[in-house]
Amino acid sequence: MELLLSIQLIGPVVFVLLLLATGFFSGRYLERKHYARIIEDETAPGQVMVFAERLPPPRLPAPQTQLVMGSVVISVDYYKRFIAGLRQLIGGRLNSYESLIDRARREALLRMRAEAKKLGAQQVFNIKFETAAISGRGRENSVGSLEVLAYGTALIDGR
Amino acid sequence: MLLSNLEIVPGRKVKEHLGLVQGSTVRAKHVGRDIAASFKNVFGGELKGYTELLNDSREEAMSRMSAQAEAIGANAVLNVRFSTSSLTQGAAELFVYGSAVVLED
Repeated sequence: MELLLSIQLIGPVVFVLLLLATGFFSGRYLERKHYARIIEDETAPGQVMVFAERLPPPRLPAPQTQLVMGSVVISVDYYKRFIAGLRQLIGGRLNSYESLIDRARREALLRMRAEAKKLGAQQVFNIKFETAAISGRGRENSVGSLEVLAYGTALIDGR
Repeated sequence: MLLSNLEIVPGRKVKEHLGLVQGSTVRAKHVGRDIAASFKNVFGGELKGYTELLNDSREEAMSRMSAQAEAIGANAVLNVRFSTSSLTQGAAELFVYGSAVVLED
């Protein structure tokens, strides 16, 4: 009887701890792998240049233009969400979410650049970012996953 | 149909402004994908299914906008902007708008 009671009490705690450990290790592993790939792609030679300027400087012959975009939906892991929940008690910087959103932005930008490169463009102008939280199951305001979209206009030199 | 988020098209003149055109679509999540996503919420990482879903929906919104622009006789949409909002739980609206113009060739 006492054994049953203790299992009932300890069971959920063990389950949560298990989830936390899974989230911590797999989240850290995935984040490291992702960052390694982002840095590799960003430093690869022959990249498309991106600008936040509204208008490209005029030049002749006039280049072709084409809208390009890249997007990514990224999910937070259980450990990060737990830490974020604790953080909300005392306030301050949310390191775990900062890195999440940074990864998503850089990835979206890289995908946009890849699309521009495929079109044969050298430059992309007027970059805009769009971030949206896709509400997860359960609590309405918890950021379960977020989408980042990067878009701009690729300039393709004449043919 | 030329889409661009610049206000001009290099080397071409805008002959006529035809006003705002827009396209939108509301998409619900797939139950199967949602279950996969809730697992991912433990592990972290990219939700490839959702990335695809949102990309497809955005294409749909863009084609609706293009159709609207074509219907009023435009041959380009300039200053295109995207906007995303989650309406209710599990549904997202993808909205795209821009100004329809006629370009001189």
